[in-house]
Amino acid sequence: MQKVVKQRMMALNGDEAVAWAVKQSNVDVVSAYPITPQTLIVERISEFVHNGEVDMEFIKVESEHSALSACVGAAAAGARAFTATAANGLQLMFEILYITASLRLPVVMVVVNRAPSGPINIHCDHNDTMGARDSGWIQIYTEDAQEAYDSTIQAFKISENPEVLLPTMVTLDGFFISHTLQNVSLLPDEVVHEFLGVRKVPKIKVPEIHGDKEVPLMLNPRYPLTFGPLDLFDYYFEHKRQQIEAMMRAYKVIEEVHREYAEISGRSYGDGFIEPYRIDDADVVVVGLGSTMGTTKTIVDELREEGKKVGSIRVRVFRPFPRERLKKVLCNFDAVGVLDRGISFGHYGQLYTDLCATLYGVKDAPAMIDFVYGLGGRDMPPKLLKKIFEEVLEARVKGPEPVFRIKGVR
Amino acid sequence: MAKEFVPNIRQLPKFMKEDPGILPGHRACAGCGCAIILRQLMMARRKPLVIANATGCMEVVTTIFPYTAWKTPWIHVAFENAAAVAAGIDAGRNKLQRSGRFSDDPDVSVDYDVVALAGDGGTYDIGLQALSGALERWHNFLYILYDNEAYMNTGIQRSGGTPFGAWTTTTPVGSKIKGKPLTKKPIVDIVVAHRIPYAATVSPAYWVDALKKFRKGLETEGPAFIHAFGVCPRGWRTDTKDTIKLSRLAVETCFFPLYEVVNSEWYLTGPSLTIAKNPERKKPVEEYLKLQGRFRHMLLPENKWMLEKFQELVDENWEIILKRAKNV
Amino acid sequence: MSKRGWQEIPIAGIPFLESTEYHTGDWKVFRPVIDEQKCVKCGNCWMFCPDSAIEWDGESVPKPNYKYCKGCGICAEECPAKAIEMVR
Repeated sequence: MQKVVKQRMMALNGDEAVAWAVKQSNVDVVSAYPITPQTLIVERISEFVHNGEVDMEFIKVESEHSALSACVGAAAAGARAFTATAANGLQLMFEILYITASLRLPVVMVVVNRAPSGPINIHCDHNDTMGARDSGWIQIYTEDAQEAYDSTIQAFKISENPEVLLPTMVTLDGFFISHTLQNVSLLPDEVVHEFLGVRKVPKIKVPEIHGDKEVPLMLNPRYPLTFGPLDLFDYYFEHKRQQIEAMMRAYKVIEEVHREYAEISGRSYGDGFIEPYRIDDADVVVVGLGSTMGTTKTIVDELREEGKKVGSIRVRVFRPFPRERLKKVLCNFDAVGVLDRGISFGHYGQLYTDLCATLYGVKDAPAMIDFVYGLGGRDMPPKLLKKIFEEVLEARVKGPEPVFRIKGVR
Repeated sequence: MAKEFVPNIRQLPKFMKEDPGILPGHRACAGCGCAIILRQLMMARRKPLVIANATGCMEVVTTIFPYTAWKTPWIHVAFENAAAVAAGIDAGRNKLQRSGRFSDDPDVSVDYDVVALAGDGGTYDIGLQALSGALERWHNFLYILYDNEAYMNTGIQRSGGTPFGAWTTTTPVGSKIKGKPLTKKPIVDIVVAHRIPYAATVSPAYWVDALKKFRKGLETEGPAFIHAFGVCPRGWRTDTKDTIKLSRLAVETCFFPLYEVVNSEWYLTGPSLTIAKNPERKKPVEEYLKLQGRFRHMLLPENKWMLEKFQELVDENWEIILKRAKNV
Repeated sequence: MSKRGWQEIPIAGIPFLESTEYHTGDWKVFRPVIDEQKCVKCGNCWMFCPDSAIEWDGESVPKPNYKYCKGCGICAEECPAKAIEMVR
């Protein structure tokens, strides 16, 4: 067991914490386009580069589409590549999200959650990254600036693991985390360097072309490879199967990286996938993503003082979805309230639907209610959160109907 | 400054046999002019190429899984981003070279030229933004536009590179509107407006001229652009055997003049320079048009105005270039 | 040949065969035949072949590779000595 290292405390907002993580992570190429509320990330990285504090190529592209495209080019060339965006920017990248994953390039992207247009809005909700949940990226939703910093570093290690080789999206709530100052513990540069090393390129075998030689999976004149061919009905599905399997292998890697990182930093977030809070004897819990789950803990404490047996579970990793863990834990409760800062129009919130799929047919599955809240940055005041808990407690007696409840809207 | 590259037909076959860059067995249509361009690019290499290919004919025909025709590192990401992908490769290469990461690894080389390869759709239209951005940022790469003047890969739809009057499946010859009513976008003007160090046009018929320009583009420090003329027998409704003949006629009629723009100074090259000095050698554009089914309607008596307009457009463009050319 | 499964092909969509395994020569109707007597060894046929289907060492009489030749006829058309005939 490694000893927890001494760390430096800095007052940083979430964006700055991410910029520091990138600065320390031996990133070779950053390619990004500014969009509120991500701008502080690219501004800080620009300062690091322009002051010679870090040796990386920063491509200041003309669009998010090009931002991710250039990351793909850089990663295929063997470099460690990073980008950051939000909402509309992520949507402009949409095409390339799928391609990055299919090319098995370990690009890391931070998305500062912002409500998608329109009408245009700059504040937080999760509909932007929820739209990308099926693109083949690992998704980690963070709760605060510290976790955004920690998760950004972890993301490189997860993505680059030869068992995984999938891109990772780390998200933080726009303004709530991105622009809120917090005391953030930073690992020493050399500790991060040692944790991550420089990007190592995986090797593959292509016997008919390169014989028995294991060749680096990169654009390399010594052993030329073709990336991104036309792949029709006869093999496309097999390539998708490989992605499915890689995502399954990611469970173990995410857990390991989270644990290794905890040993160095002294910080962990549940088991890396879900973070339960005071659930041991709880009758009901509220499950959700992101910064709201910080406030939720406070409410849990308050309700506990009132003698109510409540708890909360934050889902940290959304893809691959921690279904086994959630299945196991959620059956212990009578009722579960799901907080969705997103909505699939014509259906429920995204977390709720995934949880329903997880618990379908499971004996002792709890009653579940979907609470859609906070779209476009609408506040979730403690009072409302408390009311949600009351409703979940009530559901123990009255049942969960209606299961779809929209909160905080006039 | 590198030694001047003088392509030699006696030596090129040996070079290509040892390191072909692109293999036979690709599935370009018979008589494809763009496939000739790719081979000529390979003949002009000074070091290995890493190619970022936009979606389009050359991408599709060379990489139908599980086959690849490329003997050089190659990547296709999407339609509109060849220049952005090339930019990322350039940046990655710079950092890897600078850090010496692979200097001790015998299995890896990071010493190569970066090429972006795109058709007219991927350049004039959907890829223009990424191209402009990459030129402005001064990436060290050569962008090659292989222009077959329509979206051939999807079934001959018009693009910003389709010339006036041409039949395509989205500019049909109707009773009211006959072919494309608009003109071809002056793509080299747009590119040159970025004041990049090198831009040129090439026709595969004039291979010495083409190879020299490809080499210059590869040697250029910073962004370089080459507009290559790519005959498409399938989409142009031409005889497969006429591909080189048409590549020649396009130049001889001044529909597709050959020139280079070095640090914003224009120079005619090869046969176009000869025509500039001997204007009587300029052939009427009808000679070029009449071999192509896509212009057949323009040769009918009732559409004579279209033929005349086409000639006017050619003359106008030629005059503009003559005025710009420093060597005329 | 039965098609390979997901565990038998490289990841990342990397093609595992060279296109030379695919014989486009089957497409052709006409094939070029070079008259060795007439050939002036200029290399035009080699230079202008879209399919790298003319084999040439830079000196001798070039040889069409019918495995890949699609029969477009460019070589015959561009032969200054009219030494190439397209035959069915």
